[in-house]
Amino acid sequence: MKDMAGTADQPSGAPPNAPAAIELRGISKAFGPVQANKDITLKVAKGAIHGIIGENGAGKSTLMSILYGFYKADSGEILINGQPTEIPDSQAAIAAGIGMVFQHFKLVENFSVLENVVLGAEDGALLKPSLSKARKQLTQIAEEYEMNVDPDALIEDIGVGMQQRVEILKSLYRHADILILDEPTGVLTPAEADHLFRILRGLRDEGKTIILITHKLREIMEVTDTVSVMRRGEMTATVKTAETSPEQLAELMVGRKVLLRVDKKPAHPGATVLKVEDLRVVDEDKVERLRGISFEVRAGEILGIAGVAGNGQSEVLQVLGGITTATGSVQINGNEIDLTGKHSDGRSRRERGIAHVPEDRQRQGLIMDFAAWENMAFGYQWDPDYNHGLLMDNAGLKRETEGKMERFDVRPPHGHLAAKNFSGGNQQKIVLAREIERNPDLLLVGQPTRGVDIGAIEFIHQRIIELRDAGKAILLVSVELEEIMGMSDRIAVMFDGRIMGERLPAETNEGELGLLMAGITNDSGANEGAA
Amino acid sequence: MDVMPKWADVVLVPVISLILAMVISALVILAIGEDPWAALKLMVQGSLGSTYGWGYTLYYATNFVFTGLAVSIAFHASMFNIGGEGQATLGGLGVALVCLAVPWPHWALALPAAMVGGMVFGAAWAAIPAYLAAKRGSHIVITTIMFNFIGAAVLNYMLVNVLRPTGSMDPATAKFPPGTNLPTLHEMLAPFGISFSKSAPANISFLIALLACFLLWLLIWRTRFGFELRAFGKSESGAIYAGIRPTKIIMGSMLISGALAGLMAINTVQGEAERLVLNSVEGAGFIGIAVALMGRSHPLGVLIAAILFGFLYQGGAELALWTTIPRELIVVIQGLVILFTGALDNMVRMPVEKVFLRLRRSNNGAGE
Repeated sequence: MKDMAGTADQPSGAPPNAPAAIELRGISKAFGPVQANKDITLKVAKGAIHGIIGENGAGKSTLMSILYGFYKADSGEILINGQPTEIPDSQAAIAAGIGMVFQHFKLVENFSVLENVVLGAEDGALLKPSLSKARKQLTQIAEEYEMNVDPDALIEDIGVGMQQRVEILKSLYRHADILILDEPTGVLTPAEADHLFRILRGLRDEGKTIILITHKLREIMEVTDTVSVMRRGEMTATVKTAETSPEQLAELMVGRKVLLRVDKKPAHPGATVLKVEDLRVVDEDKVERLRGISFEVRAGEILGIAGVAGNGQSEVLQVLGGITTATGSVQINGNEIDLTGKHSDGRSRRERGIAHVPEDRQRQGLIMDFAAWENMAFGYQWDPDYNHGLLMDNAGLKRETEGKMERFDVRPPHGHLAAKNFSGGNQQKIVLAREIERNPDLLLVGQPTRGVDIGAIEFIHQRIIELRDAGKAILLVSVELEEIMGMSDRIAVMFDGRIMGERLPAETNEGELGLLMAGITNDSGANEGAA
Repeated sequence: MDVMPKWADVVLVPVISLILAMVISALVILAIGEDPWAALKLMVQGSLGSTYGWGYTLYYATNFVFTGLAVSIAFHASMFNIGGEGQATLGGLGVALVCLAVPWPHWALALPAAMVGGMVFGAAWAAIPAYLAAKRGSHIVITTIMFNFIGAAVLNYMLVNVLRPTGSMDPATAKFPPGTNLPTLHEMLAPFGISFSKSAPANISFLIALLACFLLWLLIWRTRFGFELRAFGKSESGAIYAGIRPTKIIMGSMLISGALAGLMAINTVQGEAERLVLNSVEGAGFIGIAVALMGRSHPLGVLIAAILFGFLYQGGAELALWTTIPRELIVVIQGLVILFTGALDNMVRMPVEKVFLRLRRSNNGAGE
């Protein structure tokens, strides 16, 4: 690999004399034919919060995995504090003072906070000395950085914001000087995110170096000192946050100007398509996940359900999609549907005109090992159009897939490729093409743009709004407030299995919705503590 | 894009595994003071060198096709049915009951009836573990393996107490009536002027096995049930989203699996022994697992792997007959093949994938 240092003309925030906390030189990494990282050069100054932003599949996570020793770079060099460092595994990364907080926490649920912190860093065969030593240090660290956690609480009993703090404490306990956070705010409420940012600033002021990976422009602007933009495996720019704007970053990410606002005409709601009354769901552990919710969606409108993940929105989609059983009443076009699961399932819902774009496209919406054309029939494999008597009409399906892939701009447009070979955004387009082209009366959409790049977000939003304008009812669930505010004609906010209130997007703001999402209504003050 | 081209996945990797198994086997034979090259020649000669050898190789292969397909269909639904042994045992009982029940006038009538008998009994033996798995969440591996023992005990009881002809000391049924005897390859090929060994047991069941391969391929890749079954096998949560009922897939795949295992009995019980004896399955149910693994659960792969194992069985028997290599060592060689092609698949696959990655990268590099 030729030395491309000449292209690394971006001035980082580092003082010129001190060695950078992290310096990457010409890092490349390929997975098969996919070049995930192409000649990446990056300098992160000591004591800075450095953001890395980019579309999904831009190579951010791969780069960090190389830094943390999960992958080995095909070529290139890593320098930690000016010293060339080999990082063959995560042990070496920890030894080099690197700590990582993953998007999905790596905590043992039925262990206490203290045990999780010590796990893997025990001093000897006996636990007792390690634990008491850790307890002392943990209290010290927690005080120093204002991260209060009860060392004896079980992980399963504390909230996600707290769990994230435990992950950070784990790294600090292992003497990390460089902390990498991968999409840390995905699961947090706005207030929890703000708290996290306060902690990060505190850590920075103590001299720690922080790398924040995110696709949320707002966070980059709010908390970072410098920011690098990745696109298609390449580092396209590194700029000082103070000298840039969200619009410029967005443009750098996708290589063209994008609409961050959703462009839509006012809705003309028609007859009620979906009527939900007193819907209740009790899960396997006898926990009530839905505590009697009622709402309506009319033809030609989008009802957005906002809320922090895990407050019952998923259950709403799953009940309506025929995946989970429930009690209460659900009517589609005035007809009651069976919620017990005895006479109904995902198929009977589809036959009633309900299409479902699930929240988790990889676990539900697609069979990752199936070819794209097979996925285009997934859920509708019983449709007479897809069958010739006993056999499936594979040739016809493949033909039809070509058209769908073209209309939904799925790239690459090869129906024979397995779903797992498409990027997140294109996977989502496959699901949307399948569900929207059924021309359903009601479309259930969960997290339509989760892990989807900005260019595709715009396209997906437009398609959903087109369906609305065609007079269909749409129920949108998203944890992205911006998406809910931009897309919805009405917004319902869920907290702890209840709908806390309905608002019109024009008459509310993120602050008010954020309070509702935390279970606080204007009139009643604090409602109930978070579970 | 997949890492390797398809031919490497289905041909190259198994062949390398096989060569590794042969190398180790050769070392073992060397270690006991025999000549591995002579042993290999003897195996090939004994199993493929004559129509007699072929007749045995294909006879064994027929068994392994049925049990291999049985394991494969269950694999596609991500069910690990290791109860092929018991299901084939019960299939034998079904075939025997059909053959003994009626004085069959001609094999062409007896065969379809016996097939139904074997399939129903085999499927029934798979149905109980399947029901327990679908409704109670019992682990299919545990239940099916336990049912192998119960199946053996049931057969023992039936032979000793019910089916044994009075006066016989042998725990076996009476000889089946001649109207049930299946045509052997010798009889089938004679009209075409091809002379095939008279004493080899291969019979028309081999053609049924070929037909089963084709029908199963059709079922898995061309029907709605196959689509749902594969979807369920890849992702249960996805299947539920799509409105595919797990109970239907678990029961369906296991019933087909059990029926295929039970179908094996037309070859061994009706075709060869022409009566039901104890242990007529002779481990073919377990070999089916190795066959399915090596054949990557594809009917064509299963067919090829089954013929390979047929070769090992027949060649092994020849070795035991003509050399001082003990019978136990033959089992060691068969075990090595199973180990390398089945259990250690990844050991070969990963380096081969790496080679392909490197090749492709250097090609890409040249292209840019």
